[in-house]
Amino acid sequence: MNVLSDNFAMFREGFLGTVELTALSAVLALVLGTLIAAFRVSPVPALRIFGSAWVTLLRNTPLVLLFLAVTLGLPALGLKGWDSFWLAVMALGCYTSAFICEAIRSGINTVPVGQAEAARSIGMTFSQTLGQIVLPQAARTAIPPIGSLLIALAKNTAIASGFNVTELGSVQKTLNAASGYNIYVIFLWIAICYIIITFTISGLFRLLENRLAVAR
Amino acid sequence: MSGSVLYDVPGPRARVRNRLYGALATVALVALIGFILYRLDDTGQFQAGLWDDYEYAETQQRIVDGLLTTLKTFAIAAVLSLALGALLAAARLSDHKPVRWAATVVVEFFRAMPLLIMIFLLYAAVFTADPMWALIIGLVLYNGSVQAEIFRSGINAVPKGQSEAAYAIGLRKTQVMASVLVPQAVRSMLPSIISQLVVTLKDTSLGFIILYEELLFVGRAFAQQTPPVNGVYAFIPMVIVFGSIYILLCLALSSVATWVERRTQRSRKGAPPAMPADDPALTGDSAHG
Repeated sequence: MNVLSDNFAMFREGFLGTVELTALSAVLALVLGTLIAAFRVSPVPALRIFGSAWVTLLRNTPLVLLFLAVTLGLPALGLKGWDSFWLAVMALGCYTSAFICEAIRSGINTVPVGQAEAARSIGMTFSQTLGQIVLPQAARTAIPPIGSLLIALAKNTAIASGFNVTELGSVQKTLNAASGYNIYVIFLWIAICYIIITFTISGLFRLLENRLAVAR
Repeated sequence: MSGSVLYDVPGPRARVRNRLYGALATVALVALIGFILYRLDDTGQFQAGLWDDYEYAETQQRIVDGLLTTLKTFAIAAVLSLALGALLAAARLSDHKPVRWAATVVVEFFRAMPLLIMIFLLYAAVFTADPMWALIIGLVLYNGSVQAEIFRSGINAVPKGQSEAAYAIGLRKTQVMASVLVPQAVRSMLPSIISQLVVTLKDTSLGFIILYEELLFVGRAFAQQTPPVNGVYAFIPMVIVFGSIYILLCLALSSVATWVERRTQRSRKGAPPAMPADDPALTGDSAHG
């Protein structure tokens, strides 16, 4: 008997679950990460402190613990009625945002100093310098590391299987528990699904990198 | 120092504006923290009954036991993953094409698989009775592959003149590796190696999902046993207590990495060869688990 054809609906649901989880958390992580990176280079000390506290705290928290804190903590804070999928998006997005922030910040460091100096000398403010001159250039150097981070994010979504979210990890867990299937064959199909997702992400980012590449 | 380049030295108006933004940001943050504390208090998370248990010696002993289990798992996984990493790195730098090829396949495969999926496989297929080894073997395979890449790029980052000079005075490949390349590579790679060990430490908490009795599992079992006080369960206190332990552990290990980095930079032998920072193979892995 074939695991894949017997349980095709389940695999499809798991695959789509992982894709959705990855995509939505990636959007949240990119938005939050860029914002926190802007905080960390801003002229306002309070925002800088908040940014570095955010990064230090989230980078040193195990993701499982963060999942636990979000799934138990947010409902206790009065966020009732959120289902486990959105809580998982929240945990994954916040966790990854700390890494995205650092990738963007090191991208900012690679932009030649003359660019910011020129922007300032024609009278641009901090937000204009950052938004129109520095960040667009920083984003280009940050693209390869962000690609690796999103691949890591796609792999990390497996942890959501421990918290009532339907995705590939939970499919594997359910099928492992169902007797009669070869566990290695299940693993093989799950592995192929993940490889499809990670190859798509790395392909997209290679495309993006080539499209946006500039000679310096 | 990009921060100071991005904006001019503030004049009087900018200073006032920055102070205003700073005050607004501070107020917003204090309000947020205050709101969180208020909600926690309002939902009864600070009731003494939920926290009393942490004062008992028996409870503290259980936390210490969980901590020791986590540290033991981490120690075994760290040593074995470094050994596997060295082996795979040596294989990837081998002169024999089949060895190189096989090592590349192994490294790329285990780096591409989510760690938890590997652990589920090992747990269901081999170590059903013993989740500890499912966790450790999973950690070793994943982190060993990443360490192998760190070692390899460290060895490749040693200037070519070093190995050329060593070959020129007649050393064999093993000698070149052992007495010239590896000592220099380890010095430049030590911060990355330790950062990956922090990832290994963080990932031991994946044992929680396969019901291995490490620190986080002890925490949840503990919170489930504490009788609810006025209908409130002891989960939030557990997250606060055990979360702090994990964060402190990881921060301690990360600060070792920072310390080593600073120390090697002012070493008498001069700074080690720069790490290839733009190697995309390395930058993403620290985000795992």
